[in-house]
Amino acid sequence: MADVSTLNTTAAGIDAISRGLVSGPRGRKPKRVLSRRNIMLYGALTVAALYYLLPLYVMVVTSLKGMPEVRLGNIFAPPMEITFEPWVKAWAQACTGLNCDGLSRGFWNSVRILVPSVVVSIAVASVSGYALANWRFKGAELFFSILIIGAFIPYQVMIYPIVIVLRELGIYGTLTGLVIVHTIFGMPILTLLFRNYFASLPVELFKAARIDGAGFWQIYFRIMLPMSLPIFVVAMILQVTGIWNDFLFGVVFTRPDTYPMTVQLNNIVNSVQGVKEYNVNMAATLLTGAVPLIVYFVSGRLFVRGIAAGAVKG
Amino acid sequence: MHDTVSINKQNSVSIRDLSLSFGSVKVLENLNLDIRDGEFLVLLGSSGCGKSTLLNCIAGLLEPTEGQIFIKDKNVTWEEPKDRGIGMVFQSYALYPQMTVEKNLSFGLRVAGLPKEEIAKRVARAAGILQIEPLLKRKPAELSGGQRQRVAIGRALVRDVDVFLFDEPLSNLDAKLRSELRVEIKLLHRQLQNTMIYVTHDQIEALTLADRIAIMKSGVIQQLDDPMIIYNRPKNRFVASFIGSPSMNFLKGELAEEGGRTVFKADGVRFSLDGYQADEALSPGRRVILGVRPEHIKVDGDIQGGEVHDAVVEIEEPMGADNLLWLKHAGHAVAARIGGARRYAVGTKVRIGFDMSMASLFDAETEERI
Ligand SMILES: Nc1ncnc2c1ncn2[C@@H]1O[C@H](COP(=O)(O)OP(=O)(O)O)[C@@H](O)[C@H]1O
Ligand SMILES: [Mg+2]
Repeated sequence: MADVSTLNTTAAGIDAISRGLVSGPRGRKPKRVLSRRNIMLYGALTVAALYYLLPLYVMVVTSLKGMPEVRLGNIFAPPMEITFEPWVKAWAQACTGLNCDGLSRGFWNSVRILVPSVVVSIAVASVSGYALANWRFKGAELFFSILIIGAFIPYQVMIYPIVIVLRELGIYGTLTGLVIVHTIFGMPILTLLFRNYFASLPVELFKAARIDGAGFWQIYFRIMLPMSLPIFVVAMILQVTGIWNDFLFGVVFTRPDTYPMTVQLNNIVNSVQGVKEYNVNMAATLLTGAVPLIVYFVSGRLFVRGIAAGAVKG
Repeated sequence: MHDTVSINKQNSVSIRDLSLSFGSVKVLENLNLDIRDGEFLVLLGSSGCGKSTLLNCIAGLLEPTEGQIFIKDKNVTWEEPKDRGIGMVFQSYALYPQMTVEKNLSFGLRVAGLPKEEIAKRVARAAGILQIEPLLKRKPAELSGGQRQRVAIGRALVRDVDVFLFDEPLSNLDAKLRSELRVEIKLLHRQLQNTMIYVTHDQIEALTLADRIAIMKSGVIQQLDDPMIIYNRPKNRFVASFIGSPSMNFLKGELAEEGGRTVFKADGVRFSLDGYQADEALSPGRRVILGVRPEHIKVDGDIQGGEVHDAVVEIEEPMGADNLLWLKHAGHAVAARIGGARRYAVGTKVRIGFDMSMASLFDAETEERI
C-alpha cells in the first residue's frame, strides 16, 4: 500500500509546520499607518480636496462680507462682520438688464422648466427603455440604433433647426418650448440608461409575470417600477442637474422674462453698469448652485447605488 | 413506438413540426412530440441544445417560426401564455422581489381579477400542499433557495393549470436540497396527476422523475422512451454516452464470423457477441462500435460463465456504495463497476467478462443502434 518513506517525510513536514506556528506570524498581518504608500495616497487626496474646496470657501466667505471689506482684497480672510445683505440683494434686488427683481424670477422660471422636463422625460424614457429591453417589437433594433446615434450628436448642430421648428409651432420663447427641448434631448441617454437597467434584471421575472397574465402596463407598474428605485434616482439626478445647469438652451430658446436662473446669473455677474459687487455675485452663484448641491447631498448614496445597480441582481 | 401523428384525446400537449430560429441560427427544426395526459416528461440534453427554447415555445414566451402547439386538443400556437393553461417554474425562481410570498402566489389571480375569498382559498391550499404557510408574510430575499423554489412551484399551483413546465428548477440548489426537492416534485406529481414537462441537464433527475425521457441534441429529439429503455437500449451512440455515469465504455471494431458465431473484433481483442439482442442482421465485416456499461463488465467472482479476458487495474475509484475500476485490457481502457466492499490494489491482474445481453452495438458510420 502506501510507501513508508513518504509517510515519514509528511509527518516530519507537519512537525516542522507546527513548530513554526509557535513563534511565527499569526493572524492578521499588521499594517503600518505611516507607510510611504499611505502618505502618498492621503497627501494626494488632501491636495485634490483642497483644490475643490478652496474656491467654495472663498465664495462663501466673500458672500458674507460687506463691500468695504471685500475691497480690502483679503479673499481668504473670514468675514469680520457677517452680513446676509448680499444674499438678500442677489435674491430680490439685483439688476439684470432692465428689471431689478433679483434672481428670484429666474429661480421660479427654472423650477417651472425643471419639474415638467424631469417628470416627462423620465416617464417617457423609462417606458421606452422597458419596451426596448423586454418587448421585442418591430423596428426595435433600428429605433435603438437611432437613439444611440442621437446620444452622440453635439447639441450645437441642432439648435438652429429647432429654433425654426419651435417658431413654426408658435412656442418659440415660451417655457413650454424649452420644456419640450429638454425632454427630447434627455431622451437618448435616459432611454439607454433605463434599457440597460431593465435588461440587467432577470428576464425570468418578466416571463413569470407574463405567464401570470400581466400585460405591458401591469408588468411595468407592478413588477418593474418597484424594482427600479435606484435607477430612477440616477435618472432624476442626471436630469435635475443637467437641466438646472443648462445655459445654452436657456439663452437660445427663452426671452428675458422667461430666462432660467443660470442665464440670469450670467447677466447679473456680467452686467457692465455700476460697480462690480463681488459679494452679491458670489451669493447669486451659490444660490444658483444650491439646487444641484442639495440634490447631491440628499440622494448621493442612492446615486452611487443606482450606478452600481447594473451589477446587482434582484 | 409512440410515433402516432394523429392528435388523440389522450395527449395533453402535442407539438407539430415545430421550428424556431434566432436570425440565421436554427435552434429547433421540425420537432414533433406528444405528451400524454398526466405524464411526467423530462427533456434531457446538454446545455444549449434547445430545451428551454422548446419549453418557452410551449409556454408562449417565444414565437415559433413554423409549426403548431396543441394543449388539451386546443391549438394554442397564437395564444397568450396566460390563456394556455400552463404554469412555469424557472431555474432562477423568478419571484417578484418586492412582494411577499403571499403576494407572489396570488399575483396571477389578482391580475385575473378573481374574488378575494377565492384567492385566499387557493393560496391557502397551495401553501398547505407545499408546506410554506409559515413563510407567507416573508419577502423572497428572506427565504432559502429551497424555500424560494417551493414558492415558485406554488405560483404555478394556485393557477390550477393543466400543464406544469419546469425549466431546470433544481439546478441552483446544492446537492442535498436537490435530491430532497426531487422527491417532493415526484410526490407532487403523484398527488396532482397533472402533465409535467421538466427540463434538465441532470441525468439522475431525468432517470428518477420521468415517465418518459426525451433526449435532445442540437434541437432534435434523439430518443423518447421509458428511462429504463433509454438506459439499457439507447437508440444511438449519443444517447448511450449521454446517459450513465461514468459513461459507457466504447470500442471501435468490426463484426466477424468464427465457427458459426458472431464476434466483435478490434485491434488485439475479440469478444463473442453471444446473448446480444440485435435489431438488425449482424453481417460480418460491418464496422461497429461496441458499448458496454461499467456495471456490465464483471470482474473475477462476478463472472457468470461466458468468455473470460485478462485485464490490469490502473486506477481504483472507491465511491462508497460501489467501486470503480479503471482497467487496461489489451491496450484498451475500460471502466468496470464492482461492489464497494471489494478493493483492488493498482497493478492487480484481474479477469473480466462482458454481459453481452446488456451491451449495445452501434453502426460505426450512422452511430445508430443495430
Ligand atoms: N434570445 C436568443 N437569441 C439568440 N440565440 C438564442 C437565444 N436564446 C437561446 N439562443 C440559442 O439557442 C440555443 C438553445 O438555447 P436554450 O434553449 O436556452 O438551450 P438549453 O438547452 O440550455 O436550455 C443556444 O445555442 C442559444 O445560444
Ligand atoms: Mg436552459
